Amino acid sequence: MIEFRQVTKRYDSDHTALRQVNFHLARGELAFLTGHSGAGKSTLLKLLMVMERPSAGEVVVGGQILNSLPRRQIPYIRRHIGVVFQNHQLLFDRTVFNNVAMPLEVMGATPRDVGRRVRAALDKVGLLSKEKMNPLQLSGGEQQRVGIARAVVNKPPLLLADEPTGNLDPKLSADIMNLFAQFSQVGVTVLIASHDLALINEMNRRTLTLDHGNLVAGGNPLQGGAGGR
Amino acid sequence: MAADPSPKLRKADAERGAKTSRSPWSEQAESYFTHHRKVARDSAVRMWRTPVASLMTWTVMGVALALPVALLLLLASLQGVSAGWESSARVTAYMKMSSSLEQTQALASEIDGDGRVAELELIDRDRALAEFRASSGLDDALDYLEENPLPHTLLVTPEESARSADGVAALVTFIEGMEGVERVQVDLGWLQRLNAMTDLLARAVWALAILLAAAVVLVIGNTVRLSIESRRDEILVAKLVGGTDSFVRRPFLYTGAWFGLGGGAVALILLQLSLWWLSGPVERLAGLYRSDFSLNGLSLDGGFALIIAAMLLGWLGAWVAVKRHLDDIEPGEIAGG
Repeated sequence: MIEFRQVTKRYDSDHTALRQVNFHLARGELAFLTGHSGAGKSTLLKLLMVMERPSAGEVVVGGQILNSLPRRQIPYIRRHIGVVFQNHQLLFDRTVFNNVAMPLEVMGATPRDVGRRVRAALDKVGLLSKEKMNPLQLSGGEQQRVGIARAVVNKPPLLLADEPTGNLDPKLSADIMNLFAQFSQVGVTVLIASHDLALINEMNRRTLTLDHGNLVAGGNPLQGGAGGR
Repeated sequence: MAADPSPKLRKADAERGAKTSRSPWSEQAESYFTHHRKVARDSAVRMWRTPVASLMTWTVMGVALALPVALLLLLASLQGVSAGWESSARVTAYMKMSSSLEQTQALASEIDGDGRVAELELIDRDRALAEFRASSGLDDALDYLEENPLPHTLLVTPEESARSADGVAALVTFIEGMEGVERVQVDLGWLQRLNAMTDLLARAVWALAILLAAAVVLVIGNTVRLSIESRRDEILVAKLVGGTDSFVRRPFLYTGAWFGLGGGAVALILLQLSLWWLSGPVERLAGLYRSDFSLNGLSLDGGFALIIAAMLLGWLGAWVAVKRHLDDIEPGEIAGG
């Protein structure tokens, strides 16, 4: 589903965010991405979202090499990737329902379809009863779950999360992690950037560890171009 | 390995597609138009929520549009006046006193045969004297004259196509060249001057109109730029979840078009008000000059065209702003950490 081949990202001559990173994630796999602040976690996620382009190497998502993707193709790639942010990026000028509906709207789904799928997503995160509320009226944990509902509403094959539990207490964090685990069980590839080591250890999943831009653990370096799975 | 994940993504696509593809084309078209309606309504509602700011933008736009349109209307009225006089332009040819009636009749039929002549009237000297006697009031004075001082006269009305200033001038040259013609008179000088003046005025008005249209585009562009700034978060999220450029642009283009609609409406109101305010004095002035000159307002079509033009200008202004500023808003700074 995701593959990094010798990916290097250099911002300028003296700042290299990622150095020759190699790994791949299979369909339905859930993995953590960890490392100290500034280790390159965000850069790695940005490369997947085509917010940044690699300086060298190849980033492949769903068989599509992103390096040379024309600018106008970027939106169509992003429709296959759900993203959850630490600060959840909800819009406070509209209801929970309309926040979650955004990915469907940009795809041009019919209103009937939008209603059905938004409610399914909200039901999944346990917020069906709050669809008409403004996100400001919700607690932090609930807001994060709205963000997750928005990320999965169009059933993307890939789900990225950037510090999704950063502001939450351990109980809420565990709930959110369970949600992610459920998505991976139905075939969604999930990659969670986090430095909540306690939580990561508890989940006991594959963990990619970055240190100063080097992938130091959890990678599966290519062996003659045919890395095992 | 490289190709391996691809069928999975496609398969996920296909599964999703299958659920929504009962009648893909009509459904897609339906949702596309539904979306357009929704965006159009949202943009209008947003404008309505800040009535004072919107009204100010409309007024600025209305004034900028009304001014050149008013001048163009004035110009059209002036050109109507000169066209009216042009159509009544007649060429008067006075024969030499020595020309006999027979010679004049022969000449008349020759001129009448020319393609540029619509109508020709021969006034012989006796009739001319009788008419002069009747209209001038110099009855007694004329009695003292031993002989009729008036020549035979030809009144030539040019054909429709020859009624321009140049056409009439050519006709005059033609008749002047004829045997037995003493003098040809046509009072075209002032008409030519009026034409030259309206031509000059028309250019000036068009230049002004272009400048003001540019100003309108800039005003709308700036207003839309502010609107883009205030909706930055929304644009970022739309881009993050896969909104295409045209999706992100759409609400702002509608905003521009709505500004245009409001501006066009204000311009129409201003035009009607000033027309109403000016119509009394204009009528009085025209009456003093015994002219049928009148200021014409915009026709229904004209009003419609003004509104459409205003909406296009608004749309263009929004497009300029969107082109300049929307590309700058790219998710990238959004994923912190």
